[in-house]
Amino acid sequence: MPTVKSLEDLKRIREEALKKQQLKETSGKTEVIVGMGTVGIAAGARETLKAILDMIEKENLEDIIVRQTGNIGLDSLEPIVQVILPGEEKVTYGKVNPTMARQIMEEHVMGGKIVDEYIIEG
Amino acid sequence: MRELALHILDIAENSIYAGATQIRIIVEENDADDFLRIVIEDNGKGMDADTLAKITNPFVTSRTSRKVGLGIPFFKAAAEACEGAFNIQSEHGSGTTVEAVFKHSHIDRMPLGDITGTFLTLLIGAPDVHWCFEYHVNERAFIFDDEPIKNTLDGVSLTTPMVLKYMREIIEEGIRNVRHQTPVKVKN
Repeated sequence: MPTVKSLEDLKRIREEALKKQQLKETSGKTEVIVGMGTVGIAAGARETLKAILDMIEKENLEDIIVRQTGNIGLDSLEPIVQVILPGEEKVTYGKVNPTMARQIMEEHVMGGKIVDEYIIEG
Repeated sequence: MRELALHILDIAENSIYAGATQIRIIVEENDADDFLRIVIEDNGKGMDADTLAKITNPFVTSRTSRKVGLGIPFFKAAAEACEGAFNIQSEHGSGTTVEAVFKHSHIDRMPLGDITGTFLTLLIGAPDVHWCFEYHVNERAFIFDDEPIKNTLDGVSLTTPMVLKYMREIIEEGIRNVRHQTPVKVKN
């Protein structure tokens, strides 16, 4: 259970996060979705998700929402990662290992450029 | 699955899929009595007696995207392969509890694996669920309830970089402390 001290720290973190949000214009949030069904998990989806979270932490990426979803129905292509940039279409990547996930975060999420070679559907 | 922690993740995904708003995961390692026990308890939609009776059969699933459900049968087989036991209780409309017990020292017992990664994945990936994680090693325990954290955050996203770091460190350190048998203290 977090101690009182650690919740105080969290309050400070929250204040800081809110300040940063106010400084920026409202550009919308990028969504990153990882498929976390049985097959995805067995294929390494947890490690893929972890690589994405590590990138957010290390590169200090603000305004990204990461969430998981159940079975996407494309078993042979798991782990599956979907990226939705604000106001853009969903892009689906297949067989995404942690290295590929880092590349997708760098090129697509940070750079805005779709990583064509890993796409599995429009 | 290569780790028990991945089974836990998989079973908890079922709970999320069943619409649970509260999920409690208990992992208990006991050397004196030589067991490892895992409980996943949810308040999701549950199952009727008929489905429950069939749930450990690999050809039963509530999903429509694919016909074969393997998560629960795999977990059951893993427990039974090492002198353990498997139990699932469910009531339509009030939730499901899955319990697996393993003989800790059994040569075929899968390693617990990256339990920190599993907890973090669930916590971040399904933020609408109220999560409680308990990890006991002998007489020591790390008990994590995400409610005070979410109340404090008050709408600020869990995937804000600094918040993410905070969550990761609390869980990593809590689990490390229990394992290394140092005094139970979660500091930041």
